[in-house]
Amino acid sequence: MYRYNAFDREFVRTRVAQFRQQVARRLDGSLTEEEFKPLRLMNGLYLQLHAYMLRVAIPYGTLDSRQMRQLAHIAERWDKGYGHFTTRQNIQFNWPKLTDVPDILDALADVDMHAIQTSGNCVRNVTADHLAGAAADEIRDPRPTAELLRQWSTDHPEFAFLPRKFKVAVTGSPVDRAVTRAHDIGIRTVRNEAGEIGYEVIVGGGLGRTPVIGSVIRDFLPEADLLPYVESILQVYNALGRRDNKYKARIKITVREHGIDAFRESVEARFRVQRKEFGGADQELLEEIRAMFVEPDFIRAPTAPFESALASDPGFTSFADTNLHPHRNPDYAIVTISLKAHGATPGDATADQMHAMADLAERYAHDEIRVSHEQNCVLPHVHKRDLPAVHAALRRAGLATANVGLVSDIIACPGMDYCTLASARSIPIAQGIATRMEERGNEREIGKLKIKISGCVNACGHHHVGHIGILGLDRAGVESYQLTLGGDGTQNASLGERTGPGFPADEIVPAVERLTDTYLEHRSDEHEPFLETYRRVGMQPFKAALYPGSATSTASTPTKGGR
Amino acid sequence: MRADRFKPCVLTANDLLAGDVVYLAWNGTWTRSFRAARLFEDEEEANRRLADAERQEDAVIGPYLADALTGGGEGQGLRPAHFREVFRATGPTNYPHGKRTGS
Repeated sequence: MYRYNAFDREFVRTRVAQFRQQVARRLDGSLTEEEFKPLRLMNGLYLQLHAYMLRVAIPYGTLDSRQMRQLAHIAERWDKGYGHFTTRQNIQFNWPKLTDVPDILDALADVDMHAIQTSGNCVRNVTADHLAGAAADEIRDPRPTAELLRQWSTDHPEFAFLPRKFKVAVTGSPVDRAVTRAHDIGIRTVRNEAGEIGYEVIVGGGLGRTPVIGSVIRDFLPEADLLPYVESILQVYNALGRRDNKYKARIKITVREHGIDAFRESVEARFRVQRKEFGGADQELLEEIRAMFVEPDFIRAPTAPFESALASDPGFTSFADTNLHPHRNPDYAIVTISLKAHGATPGDATADQMHAMADLAERYAHDEIRVSHEQNCVLPHVHKRDLPAVHAALRRAGLATANVGLVSDIIACPGMDYCTLASARSIPIAQGIATRMEERGNEREIGKLKIKISGCVNACGHHHVGHIGILGLDRAGVESYQLTLGGDGTQNASLGERTGPGFPADEIVPAVERLTDTYLEHRSDEHEPFLETYRRVGMQPFKAALYPGSATSTASTPTKGGR
Repeated sequence: MRADRFKPCVLTANDLLAGDVVYLAWNGTWTRSFRAARLFEDEEEANRRLADAERQEDAVIGPYLADALTGGGEGQGLRPAHFREVFRATGPTNYPHGKRTGS
């Protein structure tokens, strides 16, 4: 993985030192809150409902054991013993004291980490497929590209004050696990007819109050053109993007208002100029970065302990069913560690659990850990012979929940339990659904089903692309939850359709149960997952189950949530 | 957050150092406890205290007036009018942290 060079280190340390002085000046009264707020936000420090919150970037979701242990240490020493992994491959600490934050940032800098550009109208943490460098279906590891973009976008003077925040995701596989079509820029690694590797560039996707599936702006971009092309997109957006209305400032609105063809023409015109500015240093840098993402020194050994555990241990078999993913080395597997124990807060890990994951990564996974946008952690390279031992250790740490991809593997934003922007709570809804599904004991029968919950229209919980999406709203002073069906965040991306009127908090769990029951009733067979059944039979049977005896069960409702 | 017509309210903000929710108490200090918050029933007085609080940048951030209810239901005392303020007053629902500590 990427290691900071002297320049990176100096840059991050300088920022910490500056922030330490800024905090001191806020406390001695030389800076007002109005002056201080943008400075703390530039360093990822928000003020939430009950406390400050520090959002730390985990670039393209990659960590090593040393970094994970440091996150555990921060949680123990300066927070309340846990951290919250987010839908954008960040970790959030929910309880830091203002005066401790410079020390926390120094502790992060000790392990090549920071909280820079995790807030504000700039290019945010560049995310990637959490199975990068390991998945069997991959064309190429997207992380060197993501690291190149990270370096290019970090402290880029031209893009420090964009019209609005800007999110980039990269995937190296045709199977999109990075939700590239719901990002400001999505980059998909592809091969052209000549077999050359390049990028499909998607622009103007996003969720939030106006969800948009991104459009392809270039179907094949040669690798060497990436930075000049992305820079051209940012330049056009920076010039055309609206600054008069926050709700119309994202690039998705710019693209929509100008039309993708006109926007593309502007970008291509800019690119013809910009291309000449890049003399090849970026490609030399990319090669240097690539050299740091070498394939681990894979072990060659018999996998027999794996097969014998499969034959003898039902608990292991059930874990293997849901939490393992094919590795490109057939003797290896990718292990997803669910941070979704039934009834727990999605995405939260205690310091002890972080230590356990770090130990396992070091001992069994070539010292690599990934954080997924689905709020789980991943051990990307585990030799199959070690899987029973890894499973046993995960069990001891309370991390062996075998539910990845199932109905209780729910994405949920912090919602009104923490977030100042929230309209309603998300966490108790996720807890309630997962607990109920465990009681019913039919999760495996239901199979693959992604529930995603957001506590407001900003859609941090990705509800628009949930097979079942849940949006928390404030309806006349009461928490109310609106359902959408049929959303999909993959390469076949689609936005969920609203079912009809929302449900109060105490009725949303039974409503979700009616949806899963309806699916089981209507699926063609057990191999047809929820999303396919929904696409085949449509909204009507689900609506009839949600609103029995109501006129709305047959009336049409507008598509798309969030307005 | 507040409707045009004045309603009984408390003065609330976040503590500068910890970020915790605080309320102006009857004795003019800031308290973590909603129950100890001063109830304002006079609009002018509430606005005067809000203006004071806005000048106390060394202590609190983002002061505002939050509607509160008194009496009425089941002998309850002072309580927040909106559920958002209930969560601010009581802490997160998923852990015994913040205002839930020890409860």
